[in-house]
Amino acid sequence: MAKGVWIVAEQREGTLRKVSFEIATTARRLADELGEEVSAVLLGSNIAGIAPELGKYGVDRIYCADDPVFETYTTDAYAAAVATVVKENDPAILLMAASVQGKDLSSRLAGKLKTGMATDCVEVRIADGGLAAKRPMYAGKCYGEVVVSGSPQMASLRPNVFPAAENPGAGEVVKFDPALKAEALKTKIVEVQKDASGKVDLTEAEIIVSGGRGMKGSENYPIIEELADVLGATVGASRASVDAGWRPQSDQVGQTGKVVSPNLYIACGISGAIQHLAGMSSSKYIVAINKDPDAPIFAKADYGIVDDLFKVVPEVTAAAKKLLS
Amino acid sequence: MNIIACVKQVPDSEALIKVKPDGSGIEEAGIKWVMNTYDEFGVEEALKTREKHGGDVTVVSIGPARAMETIRTALAMGAEKGIHIDDPQLEGADAYTTASALAAAIKEIPYDIIFCGQRAIDNDSGQVGSILAELLDIPQLTIITKLDVEDGKVTGIKPIEGAQLVIESPLPCLVTAQKGLNEPRYASLPGIMKAKKKPVDIKDVAALGITVDIKAKVAGMTPPPERPPGKIIEGDDPAVKAAELVRLLREEAKII
Ligand SMILES: Cc1cc2nc3c(=O)[nH]c(=O)nc-3n(C[C@H](O)[C@H](O)[C@H](O)COP(=O)(O)OP(=O)(O)OC[C@H]3O[C@@H](n4cnc5c(N)ncnc54)[C@H](O)[C@@H]3O)c2cc1C
Ligand SMILES: Nc1ncnc2c1ncn2[C@@H]1O[C@H](COP(=O)(O)O)[C@@H](O)[C@H]1O
Repeated sequence: MAKGVWIVAEQREGTLRKVSFEIATTARRLADELGEEVSAVLLGSNIAGIAPELGKYGVDRIYCADDPVFETYTTDAYAAAVATVVKENDPAILLMAASVQGKDLSSRLAGKLKTGMATDCVEVRIADGGLAAKRPMYAGKCYGEVVVSGSPQMASLRPNVFPAAENPGAGEVVKFDPALKAEALKTKIVEVQKDASGKVDLTEAEIIVSGGRGMKGSENYPIIEELADVLGATVGASRASVDAGWRPQSDQVGQTGKVVSPNLYIACGISGAIQHLAGMSSSKYIVAINKDPDAPIFAKADYGIVDDLFKVVPEVTAAAKKLLS
Repeated sequence: MNIIACVKQVPDSEALIKVKPDGSGIEEAGIKWVMNTYDEFGVEEALKTREKHGGDVTVVSIGPARAMETIRTALAMGAEKGIHIDDPQLEGADAYTTASALAAAIKEIPYDIIFCGQRAIDNDSGQVGSILAELLDIPQLTIITKLDVEDGKVTGIKPIEGAQLVIESPLPCLVTAQKGLNEPRYASLPGIMKAKKKPVDIKDVAALGITVDIKAKVAGMTPPPERPPGKIIEGDDPAVKAAELVRLLREEAKII
């Protein structure tokens, strides 16, 4: 009988990512309901030291493979390793992050394990002893209630949506060696080009300040960047400002850009087209600054200011600076 | 080269999506059906790869009779032939089942590179490409914004959080397309005329020899949660409104 709730934890350069604590906390909640244990799989190179941190978020056992082959993520190595340890231990439920890495890994694993998975979930619970999940579909225009079967039942969780709460588990670290065969590793990472900005990625940001066509040109972005700096936020963009060449593709929020769920999303000079809303409507708070009172973004906004953004945004920066300094 | 592009027909991104009163699905009346946005990038890249290396492009689509329009669109863009998997058993199929059906069809033909979209904008699942690659036992490069195919190998760029990875893989492999990869061409009028005569094989589940066993079942659908009505901060002076916004974010929302 499959037993236990498992997660695949995610680390980058030897630091556990926040989303790992979110999935650990969620796994703990489900495991408590089932009266079972939580285990995590952690892969990386020189990462044995961080494994116990997962114990603080309710993980009882951490299966850790520490090997140079896991230095940078590759689908081949990670999927083979996780599949091996999962098959040996037969968990009932397997939760992962719907991060860039998690999406790639979880889908390949679902294929390897020949099982069902719900991706990018915003709610998970136990129903009839099995895993049920709620997830946005049609770019958030509706939500699907998914019942997952198979073994393990898999779900990937949207980052920033589930709370992370400390709640100690046994935290026992178990080393394992997946004994990967070199010939099975077909893909190679030839280069990692790091963003120079060093800013938190949009998908992980707690606060986002986004600019749209109303920004009128790339030369005006400093006013948004200043507000972002004061708030510790990451800068985003609508497709109009990306297509105009004012911002890089990686800044685009929306259906053909990134799906974000920060605590606070400040939309400046963005009309709120349905494809833009698709990427940000699960933000906890939305602020709209737009001179057109009929802009659709106001229908989604918790707070709105109808005015010229060039007048308002610098004042918001000044007021926030005063408050936060 | 033998190039394959998987295409799905989905509601247009502007479409208003209404859930049926019983939650069993969406109302299809009035929906305009189009090729999945990301599959357009996949088809374009398939065509560019063929233009550079020769060979032909086969498009594969699972869907009801109307999905033929999407296959014809890809043929009009320049693909050579199509496979249409049409079987009511696959309606509402999960990613695993969908990938199994695609794999069964693709296994019967030669392939060097397969393109999928990084996700379908209807179910937003983003799994089919990876599962298909697994079932065919070939490497995958997912969410790719730049691709080079040369000397039996591919090099792709994949943006991740805070960086871009340059990934190399031998052929055959599967690539899932992300925005930025290319600018999809439009079908030309002569292209549309020619597409009508291009061959499309129609297959069902029995012909593919697969069994349908849905393991991630959409049991019901609901409209999105209502957001409580927002507050417009009134006034004439931008500085006063800005200060009020900051106060609300601190004292009411408690997020800064
Ligand atoms: C298949 C498809 C996929 C798409 N994917 C995406 C996506 O991922 N992301 C995305 O964003 N879009 C996407 N779009 C495009 C989308 O439909 C809109 O065209 C786009 O979001 C518009 O961007 P915008 O709001 O910046 O520009 P506009 O709609 O032009 O809005 C500009 C706003 O700025 C306001 N404004 C102007 N000047 C000022 C000022 N001085 N002060 C205050 N306000 C001002 C105006 O009132 C207006 O509301 C997609 C479209 C399609 C067809
Ligand atoms: N019914 C289908 N027919 C053909 N290709 C599909 C189908 N469903 C998914 N795909 C392919 O898989 C990609 C990802 O789909 P999904 O995992 O459903 O988000 C799509 O962009 C298509 O390339």
